[in-house]
Amino acid sequence: MMIEMEVNNRKVSAEPGETVLTALERAGIKVPTLCHLATLSPTGACRMCVVEVEGQRNLVPACAFPAAEGLKITTHSPRAVRARKTIIELLLANHPDDCLYCMRSGECDLQDLAREHGVRDRRFCGGRNVHRLDVSSPAILRDPDKCILCGKCVRVCEEIQGVGAIDFLGRGSQAIVGTAFNQGLNISSCINCGQCVTVCPTGALREQSHLKEVSAALHDSDMMVVVQHAPSISVTIAEEFGARPGHDASGTLNAALRRLGFDRVFDSAFAADLTIMEEASELVQRIQTGGRLPMMTSCSPGWVKFVEQQYPDFRENLSTCKSPQQMLGAVIKTYFADKAGVPPEKIFSVAVMPCAAKKFEAQRPEMGRDGLADVDAVLTTRELVRMIRNLGMDLRALDPEPADDVLGERSSAGKMFGVTGGVMEAALRTAHHLLTGTELPALRLKPLRGLRGVKHARVTINGLELGVAVVSGLGNAIKLLEELRAGRDDLHFIEVMTCPGGCIAGGGQPFKTDIAAVRARMRALYTIDRDEPVRMSHHNEALQRLYREFLGAPLGERSHALLHTHYVQREVVR
Amino acid sequence: MIANDDVGAVLDGYAQPRREHLIPILQEVQDRQGYLSQEAMIRIGERLHLPASKVYGVATFYNQFRFQPKGRVHCTVCRGTACHVKGSLALLETIKRMLKIDAGQTTRDGAFSLEVVACMGACGLAPLVTLNEEFHAAVSVDSIQRIIRKQLKASEADARAK
Ligand code: SF4
Ligand code: SF4
Ligand code: SF4
Ligand code: FES
Repeated sequence: MMIEMEVNNRKVSAEPGETVLTALERAGIKVPTLCHLATLSPTGACRMCVVEVEGQRNLVPACAFPAAEGLKITTHSPRAVRARKTIIELLLANHPDDCLYCMRSGECDLQDLAREHGVRDRRFCGGRNVHRLDVSSPAILRDPDKCILCGKCVRVCEEIQGVGAIDFLGRGSQAIVGTAFNQGLNISSCINCGQCVTVCPTGALREQSHLKEVSAALHDSDMMVVVQHAPSISVTIAEEFGARPGHDASGTLNAALRRLGFDRVFDSAFAADLTIMEEASELVQRIQTGGRLPMMTSCSPGWVKFVEQQYPDFRENLSTCKSPQQMLGAVIKTYFADKAGVPPEKIFSVAVMPCAAKKFEAQRPEMGRDGLADVDAVLTTRELVRMIRNLGMDLRALDPEPADDVLGERSSAGKMFGVTGGVMEAALRTAHHLLTGTELPALRLKPLRGLRGVKHARVTINGLELGVAVVSGLGNAIKLLEELRAGRDDLHFIEVMTCPGGCIAGGGQPFKTDIAAVRARMRALYTIDRDEPVRMSHHNEALQRLYREFLGAPLGERSHALLHTHYVQREVVR
Repeated sequence: MIANDDVGAVLDGYAQPRREHLIPILQEVQDRQGYLSQEAMIRIGERLHLPASKVYGVATFYNQFRFQPKGRVHCTVCRGTACHVKGSLALLETIKRMLKIDAGQTTRDGAFSLEVVACMGACGLAPLVTLNEEFHAAVSVDSIQRIIRKQLKASEADARAK
């Protein structure tokens, strides 16, 4: 039964149990919000979303007010608009007017709201915020001066990711969002996922930018600068240039990267295929030799750090495989360097990632050899967009180009690394082949698809029934770990992606990503998988050549040295 | 470090310590140790299944908690209404300047600590300052300067004697 309401003298219907805000959104009526998070319960903290409801003396926050039959709502009455404008003016009272220099300028909610509401002068004068800039983390930069205390980062970190690295400290005009004991983020329990950055409405949280380093390398004629792009980038980046969500821009992305001056453009999905060869072999080996099960994926660096610091007893369960980013980095500075006749120290290796934690991963000391890091710089999708705009380019105006061969070929299985469940499907395809010599009869494993945070399936290979689980959003992973601790034993293999939905919703993806966009990106990846001829990692020809010419066999000596890693127990403040 | 297990003893006083016990637990630990150490807050968080950031966040919300041990001379300035009217803000600023610390802090040598308190219920004596529980009533900026200067001299002499 739908509920009928009257909004701005028009009929708007709502579902029982939903809030006024979601009903308005569906009807295409925009009411501004600052503290609202679609996936969490409302707090009503900012009061930006206030509307007028007939019979209510005070304005009510639409995000927290339940829709009800017969409500008469005015969303933009003079009183509501004035109230919103006052809230903005109060927020600006102690804000540093930094817009010209602010990385968030142009996509800042606070700036947008001030403009939309015609704020033209500083009506309230408070003392400007003066707090320490926290640059201690390799992935996330905190600039509390620009914080408007909406609390979204705190809630995402605690309620969705289950980490709780940050919280409100102090009170009143002295309140800030900070870590335990107001120390650097680098020694906190922060896992660098960047989810707080994507929900922050201002420039108070942002990624540690590597743009300077990349641009310096590009202008160094002595260096060969190579770039890899992660599977989820091509189905996301075009949105920033006006395409509808879900448009796959692989070809134009390659073209743009070449125009930016990168000497070689590689596809991280090639290394995803490589990861699958190693990881599926590892799974088969663990099953056959009684190794530690359930095996857990290790391609999501936030999750890996979390296990190291909070569940170190599960370190042995993590696959020893490096992530695709790091595998490709290692192969670039060995196999490719050799092939290209360039000494590895003359290669500057860049990765474009949907992720802030990849910046942390790249600087882990074990991710390299002979004092050379495997990956020298990591750019988020957002940073690459800035770089492309900086050169006055528009992705849409470019003709598609292929990635460079050798390390640019991929199967569609590798491409699926971008979405929750994708790694699992890809790994099962190859594990089936390893165990039986034949292909999985039905490639599409429906229970593992979709954006649900927890998915399960049982797959029988050669009479062996495997229990597999797929979780995304670290909070869901924690629940599963607790079940395992309590004795759950029906699982062989678990895929974990730190961000809800996987890399397509990663902490480095464009701001203002909504669930519809994430769904469209997911569909784009599945469409690629449906339509392409090479759908299994072990069918990637270039990859098989890499094994023949260089690596030998999966889990072999060279693979072990270059593609596998180990985990440490990490002390953090938590 | 603190040898005895104050934190353990406080936590043991609760059969099943839960989140709503956080503030009383913090108070009891501070009563025993004089302040809240990072180690104490981390341990409390572990037992209550709360991240350290939350424990610290709650503790910093209330003025009553301090995060550094008290100094050998602990100075409190009353900021209740009566004392305020009689000029306690100027006293506070004077003491802060002389000791080079903020309210809630302890000097690096551990000699002095400073705290702001709400009304002590002795409004007739306003403005009121205490040094190690010794009351100084109706102090002026001049008299507080003399008092603090004397204490500073004494602590310097102590340091030299060591
Ligand atoms: S956070 Fe937003 S409003 Fe503040 S300086 Fe940056 S762009 Fe301007
Ligand atoms: S990056 Fe992730 S873990 Fe770190 S503070 Fe932000 S949300 Fe929390
Ligand atoms: S840092 Fe950003 S998300 Fe967090 S409270 Fe401040 S403004 Fe909100
Ligand atoms: S968005 Fe509704 S109160 Fe903040």
